[in-house]
Amino acid sequence: MSQEKPNEAVPAKVRLGNIAAQAYQDAWDAKKRGEKVGWCASNFPQEIHECLGVKVVYPENQAAAIAAKGGGTRMCEHAESMGYSSDICAYARISLAFADVKQSPELDMPQPDFVLCCNNICNCMIKWYENLAHDLNIPLIMLDIPFRPEPGYDMESAHAEYVKSQFDHAIRQLAEVTGKTFSQERFDEVCRISQRTAKAWLKASEYCKYEPSPLNGFDLFNHMAVAVCARGKLEAAEAFEQLVDEYAAAVKNGTSTYKGEQKFRILFEGIACWPHLRATFTPLKEHGINVVATVYADAFGVLYRNSAEMIRAYASVPNCLSVEDAAEMRIKVGRQNKIDGAIIHTNRSCKLWSGIMPEVERRIRTELNIPTVTFDGDQADPRVFSEAQYNTRVEALAEIMAANKQGAAS
Amino acid sequence: MTGVLTCGVDIGSTASKCVVLKDGREILAMAVIPVGAGTSGPARAVAAALGNCGKEMSDMASVCSTGYGRNSLAEADFEVSELSCHAKGAHALFPDVRTLIDIGGQDVKAMRIGPDGRLLNFVMNDKCAAGTGRFLDVMARVLEVDVSELGARGAKAEREVAISSTCTVFAESEVISHLANHVAINDIIAGIHRSVASRAVGLTRRVGVEGLVVMTGGVARNPGVVGCIETALGVSIATSPLAQYAGAFGAAILAFERVRGTPAGTHVPAGTHVIAEKK
Repeated sequence: MSQEKPNEAVPAKVRLGNIAAQAYQDAWDAKKRGEKVGWCASNFPQEIHECLGVKVVYPENQAAAIAAKGGGTRMCEHAESMGYSSDICAYARISLAFADVKQSPELDMPQPDFVLCCNNICNCMIKWYENLAHDLNIPLIMLDIPFRPEPGYDMESAHAEYVKSQFDHAIRQLAEVTGKTFSQERFDEVCRISQRTAKAWLKASEYCKYEPSPLNGFDLFNHMAVAVCARGKLEAAEAFEQLVDEYAAAVKNGTSTYKGEQKFRILFEGIACWPHLRATFTPLKEHGINVVATVYADAFGVLYRNSAEMIRAYASVPNCLSVEDAAEMRIKVGRQNKIDGAIIHTNRSCKLWSGIMPEVERRIRTELNIPTVTFDGDQADPRVFSEAQYNTRVEALAEIMAANKQGAAS
Repeated sequence: MTGVLTCGVDIGSTASKCVVLKDGREILAMAVIPVGAGTSGPARAVAAALGNCGKEMSDMASVCSTGYGRNSLAEADFEVSELSCHAKGAHALFPDVRTLIDIGGQDVKAMRIGPDGRLLNFVMNDKCAAGTGRFLDVMARVLEVDVSELGARGAKAEREVAISSTCTVFAESEVISHLANHVAINDIIAGIHRSVASRAVGLTRRVGVEGLVVMTGGVARNPGVVGCIETALGVSIATSPLAQYAGAFGAAILAFERVRGTPAGTHVPAGTHVIAEKK
């Protein structure tokens, strides 16, 4: 399906890993050239800075990497010593700590000349980025997306106009800060590439529907980094298209990146518990549980055909939705991918996401008639996770799913 | 003595329990040691139970371990989560159970049980140990009252005081403050019971209150806590003198089912168990 794949011999996961690493290198190189580089929120419309040729890096992505590599406690404690509460987002704490200490052995990145914030995925981010801008004395470019309170809300024209004016303003501000010139032609090209990437990312994620799934669901946690930070790059589109081809071949050959029998299929809800990836994955593996559903696909599979649809798409990402739409999103993917159960991460960092989870969990459980378990953890603060508690929950969930399958078979 | 002997060992966070079962229904012996995973408790509980019925581990057709320390018992033939074991044990004790509350040393669990005794779903407390048996242990120590006396003392309360702190450490300070203000110990105990109960009530409402509600775990022996939960939920709660052994009992039943080859979920006839006299 892909048109040109010069690196076909290189596995897609390697190419994707390289793209994520290159994004950081590109920012370092730009900084050395004296260009302005920024820190960017994960769901800020990347079309804007990509079309201007402005290099940015992603604090959320960096915080996840620092946490996954064991630096979470050190950075969280540093932020707390600066006066930040342990109750706020651990990505924010790690990022604010990094802005203060300016280096991290787990993943370094250049200091910003501006920050790009968009509140469609997080509200804590507004104050987090405001503090970054204040402490570093740099511009904050803020893109405000209204929350969608009603189920199935179709954005009113006044809302759409408001968001469009924000897009236009952000482009003007960024051009002014960086000295770059906006080109409609380049913008359209970036949009086309972004759509190619988003479609391939969504298509790759859809391969979870096969039984057995050709991929270990935790793979998506790694591949997501490129979907976040490089959607507008041609090499990202090509790498995801190659990933789709690899999954198609795996389905045909009966292979999978999940090693072992896939006895149970589950939804893993919430951001990954990055400091405890191994601890959260190992019990799943021991019980033959594969993750075949997450909301990550929809979170970064931003689809549109024109600028009006783009504005609506950025106003429709998962954390920007009503609880009804949020629940329906999970139920739909759960039904489509035939899940046997669900594990829900009560992520102490994210009040916005975890706050709706008791109700979303209830709807998933009752509408799909499946067992669900919740566990306490955090996306980046290692101190709020109990491995023994997690193991007990996974084991009991596996026992219920086994009994359900046995009951269905008899 | 003929018959199939099986053993269930529940290695909890604060206590180790062992049940020796004959033919999946007759309790020959049981023992509890008030220390749990990572201590000498499991070995002592097993030795005590086997000693009580004059058996050796080699006499056991199958051994099932459960609880937080379930992975640490070398003699175990297999492990099952304490949730499934409590469901199995509670269903053997009360075949009509549909809602099960288990308050152990550091966990509170509310479970939905199917008509066949199968665990259908559950919710547990989060990372905080408020509302667990450990909370009662801490408070009993501060009040200089044996934990086994809390139920009776709380029943004599004349003016219950509120314990509002969720955090065990802060609640301990609150209790100390009440003591310093000469509040009657029985009144404080009644407040502690309500505090523990409130956590279990919230979880039970989340899983849904249906049919016969049963309570297992060590805290089920405390009528003060049970009564507070009954009042809050507006239902009667069934308990058993075997409540603390329900996990080990369920494990022993599962061990028997494994030997017999019946599918998991098939319950044993209820109400036929007897407690062997201590030798």
